[in-house]
Amino acid sequence: MQKKTLTALLSTAALAAVTVALAQSAKLSDNVVRVGVLTDLSGVYSELSGQGSVKAAQMAAADFMAQNPSFKGKVQVIGVDHQNKADVASNKAAEMIDRQNVDMLVDLPTSSAALAASEIAKQKKIPALVVTGGTTALTNEKCNKYTFHYAYDNYMLANGTGTAVTKRGGNSWYIIYPNYAFGQDLNKQMVAAITENGGKIVAPSDATPFPNTDFSSYLLKAQGLKPKVFGTMQAGADLVNVVKQYNEFGLRQQGIGLGIGLLFETDVAALGQDAYAGALATVPWYWNMDQRARDWAAKFEKAFGKKPTWAQAGTYSATMTYLQAVARAKTDNGDAVVKALEGHRFSDFFARNASIRPQDHRVLLDVYTVQVKPKAQAKENGDYFNRVATIPAARAFQPLSESKCKM
Amino acid sequence: MNTQLLLIQVFNGLVNGAFYALLSLGLAVIFGMLRIVNFMHGALYMLGAFTAFALGQAFGLGFWPSLILAPIIVALLGMVLERTLLSRLYGLDPSYNLLLTFGLTLLTQDLVKQVMLSQYAVSSAPYTPPAALAGVVNLGFVVFPKYRLFVIALSLVLCLLTWFVIEKTRVGAIIRASTENPGVTRAFGIDVGKWVTGVFGVGVGLAGLAGVLAAPIYSVEPYMGSELIITTFAVVVIGGLGSILGSVVTGFAVGVLAAVGAAIYPPIANTLVFILMALVLLVRPSGLFGLPEGTR
Repeated sequence: MQKKTLTALLSTAALAAVTVALAQSAKLSDNVVRVGVLTDLSGVYSELSGQGSVKAAQMAAADFMAQNPSFKGKVQVIGVDHQNKADVASNKAAEMIDRQNVDMLVDLPTSSAALAASEIAKQKKIPALVVTGGTTALTNEKCNKYTFHYAYDNYMLANGTGTAVTKRGGNSWYIIYPNYAFGQDLNKQMVAAITENGGKIVAPSDATPFPNTDFSSYLLKAQGLKPKVFGTMQAGADLVNVVKQYNEFGLRQQGIGLGIGLLFETDVAALGQDAYAGALATVPWYWNMDQRARDWAAKFEKAFGKKPTWAQAGTYSATMTYLQAVARAKTDNGDAVVKALEGHRFSDFFARNASIRPQDHRVLLDVYTVQVKPKAQAKENGDYFNRVATIPAARAFQPLSESKCKM
Repeated sequence: MNTQLLLIQVFNGLVNGAFYALLSLGLAVIFGMLRIVNFMHGALYMLGAFTAFALGQAFGLGFWPSLILAPIIVALLGMVLERTLLSRLYGLDPSYNLLLTFGLTLLTQDLVKQVMLSQYAVSSAPYTPPAALAGVVNLGFVVFPKYRLFVIALSLVLCLLTWFVIEKTRVGAIIRASTENPGVTRAFGIDVGKWVTGVFGVGVGLAGLAGVLAAPIYSVEPYMGSELIITTFAVVVIGGLGSILGSVVTGFAVGVLAAVGAAIYPPIANTLVFILMALVLLVRPSGLFGLPEGTR
């Protein structure tokens, strides 16, 4: 008898718990959707993402509220510095979720930090939309139900730039890469894209310390190897130093071209576009690619005082896509939002012909291989790129058949 | 790797070696006389580069005037800091000065960062070498930037000059005497305290000068000195604390070691110097050129 009562009591309690859980999931947690911009606010990537990404997310929140007057609740944006360190990213992500009640994470520059935050997102069951981190591990061996890879990845960069440069005659390469998750991955992808297109690697790629300021040893090595293309997989401040010293050592005049793995507008601005002139890169967006992009960029510039980088534009787009999924799901419950995001098709000022692949959470979108034009050809301030090719969404990213993702 | 490539990297290493030598020379002079481990040296190097950049932005001054002016400005700032802050801690444990200069480093870096962001809206800025030194020159075995050759030459001249002043002149004799035994030096009627600020200024000025020299090679940014200072401390330890000759020779040697290391096996390039430091500390704790504490 006692045992029966106990069982009944327990099952009632369990049922009540389920009911409470269901009731909670049917609305916004505490009536506020909190967007957590976990980014680099102080280090090498702070200029290309950083405060600009926080501003972009805030703009997305304001625009979303204006476009959805019927939306019950508020949207709040919280920006936190992860210092490009995996351990800090991990701690901060957990803190944001547990203490500040954020409902999603976005931006996430630096692959190692993005991977760490993605792991926390999985544990805490909230969506993480990686925009500025590049490693393909996010949609392969390290994929999970809650992580989405938004703007670009290393496969897309290598596939776009490696293929374009090799096909345009730059068929012998010597590559250097920064020795951390992003660089190692990008080098691997780039070598694969070059060799698949009939190009050759003249010497094993060199892993440089990260961060690093002096690249003269590698530039002199390139001088001796005489490849057609000196490939640099460095990013941010490291890339700026590589390109500065590439020009200093006069490699271009010696017939050695420049291939860049990951290029942001801020890198070009740091040295002036002549230092990069002729180099090819692949980007998901640039501010003057068409009128729609220009319109948004003008709004951003007015709010932030600077032209947006594609990382910042991507953070706006990712935040907006997330908020719209919350509106469709009518809740900010992680599982429900993930379901609303999976398979979603959309096209905005940033992501064209976009869709979210349910199997590995890769966001597919059109991307562009661009060539940096010399200053003399620039029509206005910040006019850096000539479009060489548009790679349609379906061909821009790793095919599903090659993905190692098991969710 | 064949001999020619090795030779190229040895040569290339002299450039970084020049920076290590100039910085550790300043540290050695300061430590020798004041017994201060000046952690701020890297920040003052950065300040040299930043001052050159700011002078160019504000007054349109080019490389050559900045090469003279920026180190003087940095030296004056250093002397003010020595008089107002460092001097207050001379009687205390050396770790107090280490903490103070470390704090000043953080302060300087963040101040420069704020100024760069608010005044120039950049977090790092390029700096162009003078027109006469732009471009490359073919040395037969390597095509090398002219500017980097100039860096090697100028720093060698400066190191020799410093050595000459300290070893061969009356001023040098006073400095050496104050270093060896301040008490006896005072007994000879020499005001040791009067020299301290000047020596600190010269040491710090050398860091500022290295900064100006570095500006055209690297981007001018608030943290450019923080990596360098760690290697420089290793150089000073290897060479022997306070040893002028030791710091110069070790500076160039470490630069060469890192460049050759980078060419053979890049991941070890930045670690080599610390491995060397550990070995030297094990075998000869007072450094390659330093005298054991007891014999001073």
